Amino acid sequence: MAGQTPSQTVGPFFHFALDHKGDEILANDATVGERIVIEGRVFDGDGAPLGDAMIEIWQANAAGRYDHPDDKQQKPLDPAFHGFGRCSTDPDGRYRFHTIRPGPVPGPGNTLQAPHIDVTVFARGMLKQLMTRIYFEGEPLNADDPILGLVPDTKRRDTLMARRANGKDGPYIFDIRLQGQGETVFFDV
Amino acid sequence: MTDPVPYRREEKGAQPPNLFASYVSAQKRAPKEPLVLMPHTLSEVTGPVYGHSKVAPENSDLTRQHKGEPLGERIIVSGRVLDENGRAVPQALIEIWQANAAGRYIHHRDQHPAPLDPNFSGAGRLVTDAEGRYKFTTIKPGAYPWRNHPNAWRPAHIHFSLFGPSFITRLVTQMYFPGDPLIPLDPIYNSIPDAKAAARMVSRFDLETTVPEWALGFRFDIVLRGREATPMER
Repeated sequence: MAGQTPSQTVGPFFHFALDHKGDEILANDATVGERIVIEGRVFDGDGAPLGDAMIEIWQANAAGRYDHPDDKQQKPLDPAFHGFGRCSTDPDGRYRFHTIRPGPVPGPGNTLQAPHIDVTVFARGMLKQLMTRIYFEGEPLNADDPILGLVPDTKRRDTLMARRANGKDGPYIFDIRLQGQGETVFFDV
Repeated sequence: MTDPVPYRREEKGAQPPNLFASYVSAQKRAPKEPLVLMPHTLSEVTGPVYGHSKVAPENSDLTRQHKGEPLGERIIVSGRVLDENGRAVPQALIEIWQANAAGRYIHHRDQHPAPLDPNFSGAGRLVTDAEGRYKFTTIKPGAYPWRNHPNAWRPAHIHFSLFGPSFITRLVTQMYFPGDPLIPLDPIYNSIPDAKAAARMVSRFDLETTVPEWALGFRFDIVLRGREATPMER
């Protein structure tokens, strides 16, 4: 067995190498599904925005299928959707993704996972990435989601909920608090 | 549907804590609440696939991205991407970035008063071959000061970002150079609890990949998380 290579911080100077135009846009005109915008801000333990963070997301398509060989479900792939996005934060700590609402996917055992998006956060000061998930407020499947069920405190669970900003057509807001009051739930994967 | 075969968990001692006191920037950016342990579902064992990505050859030769040749010591950094089970990781996307020979990044926020090199950007990318091999041609980056503590200098390093087969095999790390006297003083390097594991980040000089009359070779193998057991073994 070979030993894992250690993680090190992404540092402050990654943008010229990792920012690729359009990486925050996951859906195009041909993509199947409900178009949504997810945006939010990333904050540190003092409530100051992180102007040098990078967010990556990974999600299933509208049918609940991942564009990956290990997803062997009998659900349609969408040639116009691959499910990966990357966005670095602006000086106000803000990121924004243009995507579609993912479908539900299987969970452990015979469970079903509510629509969700896996999220990874990188930044200067973070020696390794942190992982969290975006769920959608008001989604009936949330009640039985096996991963949400691992977070016993409802107030903490709420940190995983994206909320519509202005009624039913507005962007979903998902802020990430790395530390302190309202600290986002991060998962040990 | 059968549950996906999980990945091995973080190797104890080989990965940094979220909070490492002497790395000052971590103090307000590390969670205080314990992380919530979760199983690996289909969402975690899948991830973006780069097998068909077209990466132009000049993307892996950082000395040929401009009209002229960059200043500095030309080097060839090569190695293999493996998983913990010793298997090659083919089609892994590797993105690298670094300072120039003077220790200056092209990044607009880098204020170090060292010269920029008009012939060097310092960013590269490629996809590993069927045996997990990769090779970059670049120049040796310089050390540079930072404000973590009085008279703090980062050892020369190249940033590596890797996508393996799944979203949780994602790795961002830094490659260091053998014999660099700044390494033992560096809080980022020293955040790795096990010194033997930390040493995996130090490349080794390699005469075999050194090209006569042209460039020094450095080898850097990278190990990503592997599965607990393959589906066939179950």
